[in-house]
Amino acid sequence: MRLFVNADECIGCETCLAACPYAAIVMKDDKAVILEVCQVCRSCISSCPVEAILVSGESMQEKQPDFDSYQGVMVFAEQRHGSLAQVAIELIGAGRHLADKLGVCLTAAIFGAGQAEAEELIKWGAEKVYLYDSPELKEFNDEPYTNLLSGLIREHKPEIVLAGATAVGRSFVPRVAARLSAGLTADCTSLDVDLQTRNFLQVRPAFGGNIMATILCPNRRPQIATVRPRVMKKGTYDPGRKGEIVLLKAPNYDSRTRVLESVKEASEAAVNLQEVDVIVSGGRGMGGPEGFKLVEQLAKLLGGGVGASRAAVEEGWTTYSHQVGQTGKTVCPKIYIACGISGAIQHAVGMQSSDVIIAINKNADAPIFNVASHRVVADAREILSALIRKL
Amino acid sequence: MKIIVCIKQVPDTSEVRINPETNTLIREGVPSIINPYDLHAIEAALQIKDQDPASTVTALTMGPPHAEVALRDAIALGVDDAALLTDRAFAGSDTWATAYALAKAAEKIGFDMIFCGKQAIDGDTAQVGPEMAEFLNIPHIAYVKKIEKIETGKITVHRLMDDGYDVLESSLPLLMTVVKELNTPRLPSIKGKMRAKKIEIRKWTRQDIGAEDSLTGLNGSPTRVSNIFAPVIKKERKTITGTPDEMAAQILDELKALHCIQPG
Amino acid sequence: MDHFLTDDQKMIQELARKIAVEKIMPVRAELDEKDEFSWDIVNALAQSDMFSLFVPEEYGGLGKGSLDMCLVIEELSRACIGVSTTFAAAALGTYPLILYGTDEQKKKYLPEIAAGKKLVAFGLTEANAGSDAGGVQTTARLEGSEYVLNGTKQWITNGGEAAINTIIAMTDKTKGARGASAFVVEKGTPGFTFGKKEHKMGIRSSVTRELVFDNCRIPRENLISREGMGFIIAMRTLDQSRVGVGAQGVGVAQAALDEAVKFARQRIQFEKPISAIQAVQHILADMATQVEVTRAFVYAVARHIDTGAKDFTKEAAMAKVFGSDMAMRVTIDAVQVMGGSGYMKEYPAEKMMRDAKILQIYEGTNQIQRNVIGQALIKEAARHK
Repeated sequence: MRLFVNADECIGCETCLAACPYAAIVMKDDKAVILEVCQVCRSCISSCPVEAILVSGESMQEKQPDFDSYQGVMVFAEQRHGSLAQVAIELIGAGRHLADKLGVCLTAAIFGAGQAEAEELIKWGAEKVYLYDSPELKEFNDEPYTNLLSGLIREHKPEIVLAGATAVGRSFVPRVAARLSAGLTADCTSLDVDLQTRNFLQVRPAFGGNIMATILCPNRRPQIATVRPRVMKKGTYDPGRKGEIVLLKAPNYDSRTRVLESVKEASEAAVNLQEVDVIVSGGRGMGGPEGFKLVEQLAKLLGGGVGASRAAVEEGWTTYSHQVGQTGKTVCPKIYIACGISGAIQHAVGMQSSDVIIAINKNADAPIFNVASHRVVADAREILSALIRKL
Repeated sequence: MKIIVCIKQVPDTSEVRINPETNTLIREGVPSIINPYDLHAIEAALQIKDQDPASTVTALTMGPPHAEVALRDAIALGVDDAALLTDRAFAGSDTWATAYALAKAAEKIGFDMIFCGKQAIDGDTAQVGPEMAEFLNIPHIAYVKKIEKIETGKITVHRLMDDGYDVLESSLPLLMTVVKELNTPRLPSIKGKMRAKKIEIRKWTRQDIGAEDSLTGLNGSPTRVSNIFAPVIKKERKTITGTPDEMAAQILDELKALHCIQPG
Repeated sequence: MDHFLTDDQKMIQELARKIAVEKIMPVRAELDEKDEFSWDIVNALAQSDMFSLFVPEEYGGLGKGSLDMCLVIEELSRACIGVSTTFAAAALGTYPLILYGTDEQKKKYLPEIAAGKKLVAFGLTEANAGSDAGGVQTTARLEGSEYVLNGTKQWITNGGEAAINTIIAMTDKTKGARGASAFVVEKGTPGFTFGKKEHKMGIRSSVTRELVFDNCRIPRENLISREGMGFIIAMRTLDQSRVGVGAQGVGVAQAALDEAVKFARQRIQFEKPISAIQAVQHILADMATQVEVTRAFVYAVARHIDTGAKDFTKEAAMAKVFGSDMAMRVTIDAVQVMGGSGYMKEYPAEKMMRDAKILQIYEGTNQIQRNVIGQALIKEAARHK
């Protein structure tokens, strides 16, 4: 299959040239031409204002024979060290919403936890929980997890399966999808269903978040998505909600890989400023080590990293690994919150390409406001304290 | 040890930006590079070869003919040989169909270990490695951050988790996806570059690897991209005023609108 | 400007630039601050075959010429002349073996040097023998099948880190310069130790130490060429490497220019970037012109050497003098354009200025080079008469 431009329709607007992430479209005689390097990502199709880009040799993929027998939403509820992961509760919230819209049942699958965690899932909104409570499943291991989840899906045929886009979910869920020939969309940030086709509309960022894509799985079931933590809204917690817990025992949990040890490590030091979406950064305006703690607290609440100006590092409020700027790191998060940072050029060069820059500074003339998208003239300590209270 | 490294040629996303006025990708001058995580996969394989020079390292990729450049770059780093899956039939592959084709090719090459980067920076899915292991019916370990030891027929590694790390032991053959913490990729060598210029790269079509037509490319892909759009990023300047409490509330609203925190 | 480089030369240049950007730039300020030598960088250079460049193909090298060396040295110098000094000194220490070594000596040492497994140092300078190379006081006395070395070499680049050291010592003091001989001394030989590490104004990521010989016994076969050839070997060796100092000057000056231009575009004064001020533009224009002119000249001298020219002492000296004087001027100007920021360690310009000074001093001071050029001129004039 390939994409081509209907030269009769093409108006030579060059919109598709800019839309193509592979630079596979060029202009020839004022018409767009798609080159051999095209990866058929289809970015251009939706960009074309006159629908001049067409697909040739579109696949004749047929619906799988038992397509219509799939019904319901299943959430894989992750536990770590025996306790329920936050993302599991978020997914129950998202799953509940989808199930209600489709008018189907919401089930959950949980491995290596106990009755208490299963009951929690019900209180958050699940109607039925499949619980494998074997202690051997406490440690995450791809092969048994793949076997169990695949087994549950084969038996209960949910049309939608959700799992957290965590180290666990992103490791074993692809195996499940491969085994079941199911569609899988990674790291979704927004979910919906098309009630007419019952297709699952999965929105995810691509190209490092520079573009968003809606993914469909029109001919296969189930439709599986891993979902980014901290994005979905939790449902309502109802301690009185009743549901069914199905306690299951697998014949064995054999695996060719074995977890020898599971080590918990403080993640704060490991946060890579160049990879996080949010950075809260503090400067001299935080006033002292106590003030700088507010920066760290807010970063933690937002699930982001801690940045610092050179002044804050030199005052010893934090370590050099947090320094942003000429002599520190160059960062480009989605959101950069500069607190009490004057924004001298040495700092600005390290962060000015961030997508959104919220600058909080007492001095209305601080140069940081030249690069800021949001201007907050105030004492950063007061604002941060208020933010932390509200979160 | 027979090692395969799966790599992907990607546009350098650090240079892909959105034009704020038209909300489209600025693509001019975006160079193609080896997916940065894959460089760590190559390095992992080369370090094993450094220890055991009898090892062979083969780079494998699927893509348009131009992806050959990425394979030559891998050769310049010290990889022994390379294979390129290139065929119109592969076009439109999602991760499922990509993993299927790569698995077919890996079977043809033969291996004790397969290394992949943890994810590609253009798709960020992290799915192809584990899916490929499933197709090959071998175990996999994702997010490998340390290789502790390699013994006959088995390997001990550290796997990065969200809250720490796990130590795992696995039998071989095994597929591993690696994170940046694992190593520091080397730079190419002059001799490697000279070799890369001359070497013949194997090019395989769907038939060459014995892939089923119905499982290849768009035919074999369960998922479809239905729509691509630019994320809503407003670059306009806003001034937030009020009492500290009011300002904090407004900032929270902004953060919610940016999906930084949950609404409600 | 297009300098008609071959595809291989462009590839080598690009690779050296990659090493400079990825391996050296991120750590150069720290190495400078801590006065630290980095084996990581040496290993990165080795892994990329940089030490193969100057070794002949039959001994595991790439057998590349002077221009290729200059391209690499220039690129490394854009990041840090401390590193390019380490690299160039390894080549300097190897040239005596390449130019005058026996086949056995070459087979023994060159493959490991080419592979970057062993670093090399060249030991000529002493407390009383700098510009006056004839003043060497270290002695080598033949005793049976061994030479016994006594004396101290001073300010030796790579000293203490180099596994292979080529040393100039007197085998016959009565003959003055004609009584000098060249030897290979391996690190670890009993009686061969190192003095303290010197603390320098610049090029602090390169290591400089004393080499101390106290009844150090080496096998007779470690003599390079024959007795009495030491001075000639030293001079030929320095001729070979001298154009590289010019390339260092081009590299560091280019880097200083780049920093100054970048800064001038960012720095706002009187509501406009200072790059819009003509007084600043003129400084930048002079800097750029000097860099381009010197680069063209250094490449031309390197190419002249690569033609197989027999005598290029004068041209090499000119490249060294002009390149190093230019680098000093341009780095000073870069600091000036950047003003207070240029003077601060937060920006790399002040380091470049400190580093550049050594280029006018080492491998024969610029005054000595002018003597060499002057003498060559007079000799030529006499010949043509």
